[in-house]
Amino acid sequence: MTGKIDVRLDLNGHRTAVRALPTRRLSDLLRNELRLTGTKVGCDAGDCGACTVLLDGAPVCACLVPVAQVTGRSVTTVEGLSDGSLSRLQHAFLRHGAAQCGICTPGMLVAAAALLETTPRPTMAEAAQALGGVLCRCTGYRKILSAVCDSWRDPPPAAQPQAGCAIGTRLERLDGVPKVNGTDIFGADAWPENSLVVHAIRSRYHHAAFELGDIAAWHGARPGIVAIFSAADIPGRNRFGVIPPFADQPALAESVARFRGEAIVLIAGEPDAMATLDTTDFPIDWTVLPHTLEPQAALAAEAPRLHDDRPGNILIEGAVRRGDTQAALASSAHVAQGAVETPYGEHAYIEPEAGAAWLEDDTLVIQACTQAPYMDRDDTAALLDLPPDRVRIIPTATGGGFGSKLDISLQPLIGLVALKTGRPARMVYSRTDSMAATTKRHPAHMRARIATDDQGRITAMHFTGDFNTGPYASWGPTVANRVPVHASGPYCTPNYHATARAIHTNGAISGAFRGFGVPQATILQELLYDDLALANGLDRLEFRRRNAYRDGDVTVTGQTLRAGVGIGKCLDALAPHWTRALGDAEAANHRAGGEHRRGVGIASCWYGCGNTALPNPSTIKLGLTNAGDLILHQGATDIGQGSNTVITQICADALGLPISSFQLLGGDTAMTPDAGKTSASRQTYVSGKAAELAGRALRAAILRHANVTEAAVLALHGAVLTVADGGAARAIDLVSFEPDADGFVFRAEESYDPPTTPLDANGQGDPYAVYGYGAQMVELAVDVALGTVKLLKITAAHDLGRVINPTLAEGQIEGGIAQGIGLALMEEYIPGRTENLHDYLIPTIGDVPEIETILIEEPDPEGPFGAKGLGEHALIPTAPAILNAIKDATNARITTLPALPHRVRDAIVAARSKT
Amino acid sequence: MEYGRPTELDEALALLAGGRRTILAGGTDLYPAIAAAALPGDILDIGAIAGLRGIVEGAEAWRIGAGTTWTDLARATLPAAFNALKQAALEIGSVQIQNTATIVGNLCNASPAADGVPALLILDAQLELQSAEKTRHLPLKDFILGVRKTARRSNELVTAIVLPKRAVSGRSDFQKLGARRYLVISIAMVAARIAVEDDRISEAALAIGSCSAVAQRLSSLESDLVGRRIGPALAEHICAAAVATHVAPIADIRGSAEYRTHAAAELLRRAVANAAGTA
Ligand SMILES: Cc1cc2nc3c(=O)[nH]c(=O)nc-3n(C[C@H](O)[C@H](O)[C@H](O)COP(=O)(O)OP(=O)(O)OC[C@H]3O[C@@H](n4cnc5c(N)ncnc54)[C@H](O)[C@@H]3O)c2cc1C
Ligand code: FES
Ligand code: FES
Repeated sequence: MTGKIDVRLDLNGHRTAVRALPTRRLSDLLRNELRLTGTKVGCDAGDCGACTVLLDGAPVCACLVPVAQVTGRSVTTVEGLSDGSLSRLQHAFLRHGAAQCGICTPGMLVAAAALLETTPRPTMAEAAQALGGVLCRCTGYRKILSAVCDSWRDPPPAAQPQAGCAIGTRLERLDGVPKVNGTDIFGADAWPENSLVVHAIRSRYHHAAFELGDIAAWHGARPGIVAIFSAADIPGRNRFGVIPPFADQPALAESVARFRGEAIVLIAGEPDAMATLDTTDFPIDWTVLPHTLEPQAALAAEAPRLHDDRPGNILIEGAVRRGDTQAALASSAHVAQGAVETPYGEHAYIEPEAGAAWLEDDTLVIQACTQAPYMDRDDTAALLDLPPDRVRIIPTATGGGFGSKLDISLQPLIGLVALKTGRPARMVYSRTDSMAATTKRHPAHMRARIATDDQGRITAMHFTGDFNTGPYASWGPTVANRVPVHASGPYCTPNYHATARAIHTNGAISGAFRGFGVPQATILQELLYDDLALANGLDRLEFRRRNAYRDGDVTVTGQTLRAGVGIGKCLDALAPHWTRALGDAEAANHRAGGEHRRGVGIASCWYGCGNTALPNPSTIKLGLTNAGDLILHQGATDIGQGSNTVITQICADALGLPISSFQLLGGDTAMTPDAGKTSASRQTYVSGKAAELAGRALRAAILRHANVTEAAVLALHGAVLTVADGGAARAIDLVSFEPDADGFVFRAEESYDPPTTPLDANGQGDPYAVYGYGAQMVELAVDVALGTVKLLKITAAHDLGRVINPTLAEGQIEGGIAQGIGLALMEEYIPGRTENLHDYLIPTIGDVPEIETILIEEPDPEGPFGAKGLGEHALIPTAPAILNAIKDATNARITTLPALPHRVRDAIVAARSKT
Repeated sequence: MEYGRPTELDEALALLAGGRRTILAGGTDLYPAIAAAALPGDILDIGAIAGLRGIVEGAEAWRIGAGTTWTDLARATLPAAFNALKQAALEIGSVQIQNTATIVGNLCNASPAADGVPALLILDAQLELQSAEKTRHLPLKDFILGVRKTARRSNELVTAIVLPKRAVSGRSDFQKLGARRYLVISIAMVAARIAVEDDRISEAALAIGSCSAVAQRLSSLESDLVGRRIGPALAEHICAAAVATHVAPIADIRGSAEYRTHAAAELLRRAVANAAGTA
């Protein structure tokens, strides 16, 4: 037979008939034809499991199943897991915080449901086995395992904190229900009828000049293709970038492609035509140019220059200098030195970039996944030559970002199509496009020397790092500035000289990835700290404790840390675990000998929250309508990290009304003020502080109106606001008020910008107002013969200042650790070689060990209710602690990451030959 | 584009006789290789053919039908010589993949990293190939010719894997080395089948995969082991040098050649110890 066939199936208990191409992917049929978008697509290759559905009760990847094969069979999707009310499994996911961004959640739930059918009370091992085929990039899996194993229980009543008691409670995510029942709308899940489908043709070369051929003829031969656009069609300035003075990236390349994956041409067409479009014969004449992929090569005199105004391919150099480092190094008792190389890291969020654009009157509306709606708006407006207020960004739920969804991707592309054709346009990046075209973690080549006196106190550190920033600036300047500020770790370093350069190559674009270069630098610093502890004959934890910053200490940038320095408490909290772990490892090594060696490692982190010595204000607005609705304009984009919940908890306690009174309005740029970008671990602190100020301001307005004291207690019942002060209570009937333009009768809008100072030429100043701290300990076993590493347990102590929501905080830590595990042991992005989730390995549910989290509260005087940031901190200590544990186990020093089995084995052999 | 999903084998063979077609079984190798929403070209979907799925014990041989999935295999009750194949089944990708992917598809796809190949090589597996004209049998080692290359003619369907009973003896073990726990392409994998009589090895079959374009049996090492007393001393004979006489391992991002040789030898030592019951 040719063409479409009749497919009859039992879909979630309903007999369903549909006509479709027989070999169409089931996932595509479900999502794009039947509009059951609960089933997610992360790779179209079986690698992520987001598309898991049950076929006659057995889990399968819907992206690999031809629709013809489901004829006469039953298919269950996430939408079929519950009938109206949530199942116990779904409740357990909410209760345990097992869904963060939620993009993996449908696949996890469906795979778990199949297990629970035969094994209602599974063990952790059984659950891991059943879920091994579903990747999650946010949670670190531990809470997913707990939820599945605990799902036999009837859900206990969820926490409903009273007014003033929201902070500190294990509140379920406020945006959680749609994440577990499949109704949440991500970038690829909603589009206007009649949308054109947009596809980009991209460079297959690292560096090549091109000329477009006879496009009209190619177009003419293809019915259903509506329009084709190139750089010449971009109405505005074809340069964008997250840091405006460095904006250098074209939305569509002009005559030269500077990296593999760069977009050249857009094709927009009707869905049917686009589904079978073959672009291999699209007329582009390529002239391949010489390229560089390594900073060392890019620095060479003869290397091709990527940007005329950046000699030597150096984008920028950041530096911090304090004291006389050379002299101190020369006169110190002990010096450790070394070098570390790290590769490109891919964010590997399970949701590839996706969205839709359309025109509403003369406003261009773009609905897409993002971490930074206002930045999207401004960059897109400039590219399309529109005033910013004629671009409206509506963020969808975002299926993970970790830094890469700060930069615009498809926004100007679909915007251009909508603007030029007048038709709505939608685009979904393929996994390969997502990996090739968007930003990466900077590969780093770093060297350092660190010295101590004979008392085991750090005297000096010298650090240099070259960071491969790829062809365009993106966040390269931020990395170059952040690294020198943080490369000392949270340790007193009186003499200090650190430089970091961002260097252009034709590799992938490097940008922001959880930590802005600090995770790379910390690996080297913490490795050398182990050497110094050994040289001083000191226990490794004790050595760190001795040098850890204390309140009143002065940092490498000359900033006095007046209060809230929690690193000491973190290390102290690990101390008993450390003693126990060292004993366990020694006993195990004594017993076993031979193939497996146990080891223990430790590392710390500190991380400044918010932009480095630059303004980054957040504004939060809220108000009461005369119907009694309490509306919080929550513009701090929630990419899974929990800002919807945390910001509301802070605001609720500042205002003095319970969480249950709040209604949230998202970060739509047409309605909600700018709460800045979700990056730099700033939302809990900076937007949280704005939410605290706004909550207090609204409270003050109400109290002023009621003419009562600060001790008054508020309550909201329908449209009646009660204000009780002492014995007296006053009921304010909101209905009787005249609402303002926003519909509010009481309102508040407050902004907060962290008090920082610019860094001088020596990098001296107060770059951050708040720092967060943490330390982690890793226990592992190395298979000495094969070089494989089995993680046994990670104990993490993090100072949050004030824990707003313990479940969400643990989730951030566990998720950060999982990414740190990937950085240490398996992740290596190679342009042109690992552009899929088959070859680019991220940890699966079987790769993350038990994690014990210890939350420390050393309040920060500046943060809201004492709170600090956490999002990036949690990833930083993991990789160095793992590498230090490998060294402890085998004496093998890994200096080229990731520590793949062959590298570990080589290092073991090298270490043996030395002794 | 033409799509056929016959229910009878004859019909399928007739379709193949009519011209080149992509044979679609579980689709787990075919779909990841394309970007489009639907598989292009002329397709023969073998999923509905009666009698193609299942594992049957005959008088002379065991037979694994072309429709048999890895999950079917993992759940079947089979002699201990199949242990390696069963272990391999549970290491193929994920539960989702095992539920749809076929064992025969794994062989026909001819990937150097196919986990099924070493475990079937040690069982002296033969492939049954049928065309409208005739049926022929090829040993697995002669079926896979190179990376993604097999001896199948375009008018042939692989209908079954045939395992002669003389090779279904002793006990086998499979060892897979990857850089993460689930969903991982093997850096190296080995299968070993050992039969023991009076504490001495009476029969040895060893194979390694992911180290060369096509997985290999290690015949001289096998002969070297036969007659040896089982016990820890066996390990001495299974060394990197012995591996290197059979394969010249490849180097790629997952491991250097030297590492692969070394790792394969170590995996073999473990597999032999497990199969011989001395681990
Ligand atoms: C996420 C993921 C993880 C994976 N992990 C592993 C792994 O760990 N180890 C591993 O070895 N493999 C792995 N694979 C590969 C794959 O699952 C196996 O090779 C599988 O056994 C192929 O079977 P299939 O039925 O899906 O084949 P299909 O995709 O249907 O076919 C594969 C090839 O064989 C041909 N073919 C199939 N059946 C026949 C037949 N009867 N006669 C002639 N030709 C035929 C097809 O035309 C095609 O060329 C993985 C795949 C994915 C997507
Ligand atoms: S989308 Fe199917 S497995 Fe990733
Ligand atoms: S919650 Fe699993 S990928 Fe985000």
